[in-house]
Amino acid sequence: MNENTTEKLLEVKDLRISAYNDEKQEIPIVKGVTFDIYKGQVVALIGESGSGKTTISLASLSYTKPGLEFTGGQVLLNGEDMLTAPPLRKREIRGANAAYLAQSAAATFNPAITIGEQVTESAVLHGILSQEEANKRAVELYYALELPDPDRIGFRYPHQVSGGQLQRLMAAMALCGKPDLMVLDEPTTALDVTTQIEVLKAFKKVIHEENSAAIYVTHDLAVVAQIADYIVVLYSGEIMEQGTAEQIINNPTHAYTRRLMEAVRPKPAAGLGTAVGAEHTRDIPALAVKEMTAGYGGIINGEPAVTILRDINVAVDNAHVVGVIGESGCGKSTLARVMAGLLPPARGDVELEGVKLAGGLQERKLSELQKVQFVFQMADTALNPKQLIGNIIGRPLEFYHGLRGKEKHAKVSEILKMVELPPEFANRYPMELSGGQKQRINLARSLAANPEVMLCDEVTSALDSIVGANVIKLLTALRDKTGVSFVFISHDLSTVASFADEIVVLYAGRVVEQGPADEVLEPPFHPYTRLLISSVPELRIGWLEDTMQKREMAVGIAKSVEIKATGCPFYNRCPLGIDGTCEQKTPPIRTLENGHQITCHLTVDQLTEAEQHTQKILHGFEKLEDKSLNAGA
Amino acid sequence: MMLQMVLRRIAIGIATILVVSVIVFVMTRLLPGDVAQIILGQGATPETLAVLRKELGLDQPGYIQYFIWLGDLFTGDLGISKAGGATISSLIGGRFGNTMLLAGLVALISIPISIVLGLWAAMHPGSWLDRIITFGTLSTISVPEFFIATIMVLIFAVELHWLPSTAMLADNMSFLELLRGLAMPIITLVIVVSAQMIRMTRAGILNVMSSPYIEMAILKGVPRGRIILRHAFLNAIGPIINVIALNLAYLVSGVVVVETIFAYPGLAKLMIDGVQTRDLPLVQACAMIFCTTYVLLILVADIGSIVSNPRLRHPK
Repeated sequence: MNENTTEKLLEVKDLRISAYNDEKQEIPIVKGVTFDIYKGQVVALIGESGSGKTTISLASLSYTKPGLEFTGGQVLLNGEDMLTAPPLRKREIRGANAAYLAQSAAATFNPAITIGEQVTESAVLHGILSQEEANKRAVELYYALELPDPDRIGFRYPHQVSGGQLQRLMAAMALCGKPDLMVLDEPTTALDVTTQIEVLKAFKKVIHEENSAAIYVTHDLAVVAQIADYIVVLYSGEIMEQGTAEQIINNPTHAYTRRLMEAVRPKPAAGLGTAVGAEHTRDIPALAVKEMTAGYGGIINGEPAVTILRDINVAVDNAHVVGVIGESGCGKSTLARVMAGLLPPARGDVELEGVKLAGGLQERKLSELQKVQFVFQMADTALNPKQLIGNIIGRPLEFYHGLRGKEKHAKVSEILKMVELPPEFANRYPMELSGGQKQRINLARSLAANPEVMLCDEVTSALDSIVGANVIKLLTALRDKTGVSFVFISHDLSTVASFADEIVVLYAGRVVEQGPADEVLEPPFHPYTRLLISSVPELRIGWLEDTMQKREMAVGIAKSVEIKATGCPFYNRCPLGIDGTCEQKTPPIRTLENGHQITCHLTVDQLTEAEQHTQKILHGFEKLEDKSLNAGA
Repeated sequence: MMLQMVLRRIAIGIATILVVSVIVFVMTRLLPGDVAQIILGQGATPETLAVLRKELGLDQPGYIQYFIWLGDLFTGDLGISKAGGATISSLIGGRFGNTMLLAGLVALISIPISIVLGLWAAMHPGSWLDRIITFGTLSTISVPEFFIATIMVLIFAVELHWLPSTAMLADNMSFLELLRGLAMPIITLVIVVSAQMIRMTRAGILNVMSSPYIEMAILKGVPRGRIILRHAFLNAIGPIINVIALNLAYLVSGVVVVETIFAYPGLAKLMIDGVQTRDLPLVQACAMIFCTTYVLLILVADIGSIVSNPRLRHPK
């Protein structure tokens, strides 16, 4: 332990923050919160959305979001009260003594200014470093954060680097002025698991090297277990429990903490999904995509200018949930757009119940449109804010089924009931609903068409874990009741594993593995599936360090995706790659039992052997996987 | 990619001018009575009309007349005015210079004033100066320009006797005399065009001010002035350039009321006179000049917006 860890850096004493509504009534948001941060310590604030965790963390920079006001208490940074500091002093503290890292780096970097200027701006403005010194320090930080091309990345603009890189660059921006305290607000929540693990590793290393203190705000206990020394559990603006990370993770005393721990989804594994009832099964798949290639730009000889998906074969059986999983940019959403007819494929077919569909939306028949419905990720943008819920759901009823008047009204009520909302909601506007309710309306709108297949694009990604879990329950219930099939697109393997019947793993526009969920989530794995599963954080202190020692992590992390026409796209990140073969020849599809397919140059036996080897090295890991298997069964 | 987009815009601009030229040509021909009829008056015999029509090329099919007219236009031969038989280029030449002089002076004064006031209002939203600016611009936008002009004349010419009530231009005026002579129309037009530009600058900046990257700049301890000038202005510049271009185009072609009130010999007034006397070649030429000015200014604004976008300037 460091000698200065006993020195208090930040003292939050009975902090109170309120919002005021239109009638000037006070609504308390933070209701008397007290905790301390010592030098060199990482303190996690955890809780669901609405728990006040971001609001509390921003108080250490003497900042409130518009509409909020400090109503009591003290926030002492180095003994100085942040809440009563004059405006000029506040500006001096921000960036110099306390620095902020936001959830979405893509939105918090100014698109019109070079990365280097933004990283060094604060340090230079506050007179901590000269421009030359700041530039030098920035490059040192780029090296420490393991960014590509550290000497020149500062000259680039934000849109020229990837999301994971921007997230790390934001850490450099926060650290450049050598602040005493860093405030990290859900810095990995929007990232893919493989990117998250790489960013977490970089943060942890840099925090340790700089010996700075940090507030880490998140709802994800598994992430907290990897990075925090001390944990403060919040609910509705109040502290439920606080203690060292070990205490809270291994020995939670408060019921709410235990509830949060239960919401941490089990490691993706076989046996978590529910079986399909026999009454809905049919011989022909409800929707199938055959030998399909698609992309953007003009098409010449069946090759689009920019190819996104290549040679895709996917079948969606009746009343099945097909989970499509992969990192951002792998073509998941494009696949759904091709299925829906929003993007005509360059080559190959889309078949509905064995009948070939026209590629484009305009040439599809009304009945064909009705049978394939799209559910968009953001209910906020998908629902027209000026339309009543009744009209939003009523429109497809009119358009596809010709229902009017009383008949339509009755059907709207029935559909609202199906998505577990009261019929009175028909007379409300979308903005009067919560996020989870809006997503249900979004689903209800598609459901009203009475489709065969619903294409759900990241429908739970913007929702809180508990609200998201309820939406998943609803989807399962709808499938059992109506026999509708779902194509469920997500970057979150845990969610997909929890309820999909079949899983399609996409990488760089190709299907690398697909089959029944239980088969895909059991060895043998495609090396990419293995990487995805290993990257899901576990609720265990020390998991990050253990995982980083694995072979697949050493090879697979911090490498960018290459979209190529020849060879296996995963080759540059694969721990098992065969030089001279994988990068040159397109890998063969290896078919196992029950239609399980792995696209790899390695044989099934070789893949099985590699897996046994991994398990032997990681004895601890093996035990844990057994546990989660039992939990699911 | 950026060069491609710029070239595309230029091509679209040229196409727009050509389309407008067709419309202008067809519209003026739709007016009752052709040029020969107008020149010779009501008493002309069919024989003399036919001779004149042949002389003017009016007996040829419409599309050939169009191409001849377009070719002449590009070589600077704008034709001969019916009134007095002077060439249209000589008629327009002086007027065009006058219009550009007035527009240029107004632009020179109004653009810096607008951007500074717009930025100032955005920097201190809700302050007393912001309220005055908001109130003032709203009032001037809703009041017609002839009203402002009349008030100006009443105050500065009739009551105070500071400035002449008409815009006087003479060949041997010094620059200061020129400014004094043009002061009234300049002040009126500055008030009219600044209002829109100020409001757009203010709104553009305030819109950007709610972005997460501005909140980030606040949390980095960046002073408000620098946030506006360095962080917000660069991202708001596209719409600001566009509103400036639209107002400049208005200064060239839309100021006929102001020109009339101050008896200023500008191009817009010339065109109205041309319409009244059915001087079709003159109307066509003026319409083409106005349209080309619009297209060119919008083109410059478009290219400005493209160049100011870092995503296009520095592709991946």
